[in-house]
Amino acid sequence: MNAAAGYAQVMERRDEIIRSSLEIDYARYAIGALGFDYERLLADTGYSIDDVGAIQQRTAVGNTPLLELTNITALVRAVAAAGKGARIFVKDEAANPSGSFKDRRAALAVHEAKSRGRAGVAAATSGNFGAAVASQAAKAGLRCIIVQEAFDSHGIAQPEIAEKTRACEAYGAEVIRTSVGPELFYVFLRVLEASGYFNASLYTPYSILGIETLGYELAHQVRQQCGRPPDLVIVTHAGGGNLTGTARGLAKAGAADTTVIAASVDLGGLHMASDHDFNRKSFTTGHTGFALPFTTWPDRADVPRNAARPLRYMDRFVTVSQGEVFYLTQVLAELEGLERGPAGNTSLAAAFAIARELDQDRIVVVQETEYTGAGKHPLAQLNLARQLGIELRRGDPRENRPGQCIVIPEHPSQIAVSDVDLDHVRRSYLRNAFESLGQTDRLTGADIDFLADETRSSPAYIQEVIDETH
Amino acid sequence: MTERIAAGSWVEIHKIVLKAGERAPQVPEDTRQVPLEMRVKGFLAASANVDDEVEIVTPAGRRLRGRLAAVNPAYNHGFGPPVDELVTVGIEVRAILRQRDQVK
Ligand SMILES: Cc1ncc(COP(=O)(O)O)c(C=O)c1O
Repeated sequence: MNAAAGYAQVMERRDEIIRSSLEIDYARYAIGALGFDYERLLADTGYSIDDVGAIQQRTAVGNTPLLELTNITALVRAVAAAGKGARIFVKDEAANPSGSFKDRRAALAVHEAKSRGRAGVAAATSGNFGAAVASQAAKAGLRCIIVQEAFDSHGIAQPEIAEKTRACEAYGAEVIRTSVGPELFYVFLRVLEASGYFNASLYTPYSILGIETLGYELAHQVRQQCGRPPDLVIVTHAGGGNLTGTARGLAKAGAADTTVIAASVDLGGLHMASDHDFNRKSFTTGHTGFALPFTTWPDRADVPRNAARPLRYMDRFVTVSQGEVFYLTQVLAELEGLERGPAGNTSLAAAFAIARELDQDRIVVVQETEYTGAGKHPLAQLNLARQLGIELRRGDPRENRPGQCIVIPEHPSQIAVSDVDLDHVRRSYLRNAFESLGQTDRLTGADIDFLADETRSSPAYIQEVIDETH
Repeated sequence: MTERIAAGSWVEIHKIVLKAGERAPQVPEDTRQVPLEMRVKGFLAASANVDDEVEIVTPAGRRLRGRLAAVNPAYNHGFGPPVDELVTVGIEVRAILRQRDQVK
């Protein structure tokens, strides 16, 4: 290893490597001491939502079916008070070429790489996005490198990530698998530098604009099937792209009044960079380990300005337990004949609980499914959990303890959501924003407006928090 | 004598990227105590023995070096046996729906 490839040296070149891998000059969008022009960053890509749809259509991405889960709705009504139990629909994103909504993000990133004449694309992702980028790259005739955090220090691979390794390799990608740790980013920077490939980051404007079509289609499909837009859309939430893109797409389809709810699996108590905890999470995405840090500070991502800014769009943020998601996964298979992967079932579990409190004529949409199979299936996760000494039992899901005990509900009436206090999340975001300021930086009026947009609050609220913290 | 692996074989290499003492400052204690490892698959550039320092050509056409760790490694992830905590869920919820239909 030459000196310039050492950890500290590469991290020092970070901004430069990212800039040349993306050809986006983020500094151009800066406003005030910490703000930036988010809408202009997205608009400067030059893609309208129709352009995005047309590009996606060329590789059969998008236009996925919207299905009404009539049997699950009946089950909700069986445990709801009289007159309660909203209609639940699901957008079957598993129908995308590589099996998840991530194809929407990858389609635009790979299209961009191709039109810029790059020889290949690279992405740091342990999840569905890797398979999506690899699939799109295969179709576009581009080389592809995926960097995954895949196994712990005992060499035990997380089964779901092992399946992603297989899928990426099936699409002809080079897959670099690492053990646990945030230095995966360092490995990724070295890959970008050595290969000169386009950076298909999950957090570029392309990756977010690609998801807008999901919300857009969904709004039109509900209108077509029900004569009006959905009342609630529930989004499995991790890094924030899914929520941001879906909400923006809903707004573009004129469904601005639809309530957008983020749902994540509660992984409280587990550390995301811990080698010990890595295989004890039983979930690889859609969990609070990503959702809380990314909601309270999106710019921790692998690009200087994250185009996923979920706090701008969420009306409510709820969590569900691991056991509840596994339970709903089984219910979806056995009542609806749909065997689908873990991620979308997080928002399904939340939808089950939320629909129970709503009138029967309300419309709730679970905005995605993903494919399932070896490694991704509840059995793979539960057998691994047991092997690692995690207790598995039936019972009250409130007794679920991530990493210690997975509790599968005994009855559907036990399914419930916990609300994450959004005021708390906003304050946490603002604390992170203030901490990002340099010693001599002073907040301008433009910064205050930016922070109000970021937290979906008002300049008065921002001022109040500033006064409290200083 | 173990068998020599022919050039062109599909193999996996292993490499230590950062030693235990070189980990990023923000990693938790347990992670700091172990190295950052890396594994990549590709076609073996020249015949070699397992554990030799070798070069591979990856599917992206890149040449990478590391210790020859495995030859034609299997995909071992699967499902495992059914678990008791899930096998009866379908029967239970169908019973709830049947009961509801009778009440109506
Ligand atoms: C199938 C699926 N659903 C939901 C998510 C969460 O999306 P986001 O990270 O954009 O919040 C992911 C991403 O990891 C995913 O693969």
